[in-house]
Amino acid sequence: MQMSRIVRTTADIAFPFILVYGFYIIIHGHLTPGGGFQGGAILASAMLLLLLAYRYHESIRHVRKTMMKTLESGGLLLFAFTALSAMALGAGYFYNWLSPGGVLFGDIVEVGSALANLNTAGLIPIMNLAVGIEVVGAVSVILLALLSGIKEKI
Amino acid sequence: MRRRLSIVLTLLTVMMLGVIVTGLSFGEPGAAPMDDYFIENSQSESGANNVVTAVLFDYRGLDTLGEAAVLFTAALGTTLIFRRRRDD
Amino acid sequence: MLTQLPYLAVVLIAGIGIATILLKKNLIKMIMGLGVLTGSANLFLVTLGYRDGGIAPIYTSAPEGVMVLSTVQAMTVTNIVIGFATTALLLAFAIMLYRKYGSVETGDIRRLRE
Repeated sequence: MQMSRIVRTTADIAFPFILVYGFYIIIHGHLTPGGGFQGGAILASAMLLLLLAYRYHESIRHVRKTMMKTLESGGLLLFAFTALSAMALGAGYFYNWLSPGGVLFGDIVEVGSALANLNTAGLIPIMNLAVGIEVVGAVSVILLALLSGIKEKI
Repeated sequence: MRRRLSIVLTLLTVMMLGVIVTGLSFGEPGAAPMDDYFIENSQSESGANNVVTAVLFDYRGLDTLGEAAVLFTAALGTTLIFRRRRDD
Repeated sequence: MLTQLPYLAVVLIAGIGIATILLKKNLIKMIMGLGVLTGSANLFLVTLGYRDGGIAPIYTSAPEGVMVLSTVQAMTVTNIVIGFATTALLLAFAIMLYRKYGSVETGDIRRLRE
């Protein structure tokens, strides 16, 4: 089913803004409320907007299933290997070896009420990004699968 | 008959939950030392201002790994249910 | 008694969810009941970690005051994601059953199987 021109135009205009907002939620996961799961859900809702506004055959041209599967698997692998990278340095699984004074995301935060500094928290922003990628892939795959199950009947 | 049994079962469960819940106090958590440790040390140990994210990705990271695996498995199962069969 | 009001709300919502699962014959409505039950579990976890006058456990330009417990909030995030995964799988099964039997009423499905 295809929605009217008004809905399609609104979806086209709103789509990039929702994407930017989702990435903002993911990147600022260690500073403000939010994180990988929440931002990934917002990004997946942008995909859902495209899927609802267009016909199934048109929308799977924009939201490709193989791409979403790749994002899902790649996010999970990135998450696992980020956690595993601490073991290469002789520390335990999930040890945050970048946090105090690392090269990337290594600023030392002052204890107590602090201002937002994006360059802190070590491995946590990387894991947030990995989980966000995984969530947007997984939710989009689920939505595409459910939609493909419906469209054969109607 | 089955309907009446369901209603009785629901009422029994609700009463049981209510009895359990009256023992809890709202506003004063019973066991807080672990969370106090997280709140005090999350900034110096993991560098994250958001304590919930520090718990989610640093202190209890294995939990999050399992959670991501659950989401992955759900997507896998949904795809398998709607796979294109060869015979139809 | 009035201080226990959030817990009573948890029990009420859980009761609504269980009653929906047990009494309704429509599979979609039963899945909705499971969603309500998940919501009551989330509310219970967040309620369990509340402190009087507490603020959210985030230090970015935080005001003075005690912070609410953080572990239960992390577990709530986990619970939301797992509830989503469960709902997606159950809806997929419901669509599959509808394709096979042409209905999502449990009575129809059982009669057709025999």
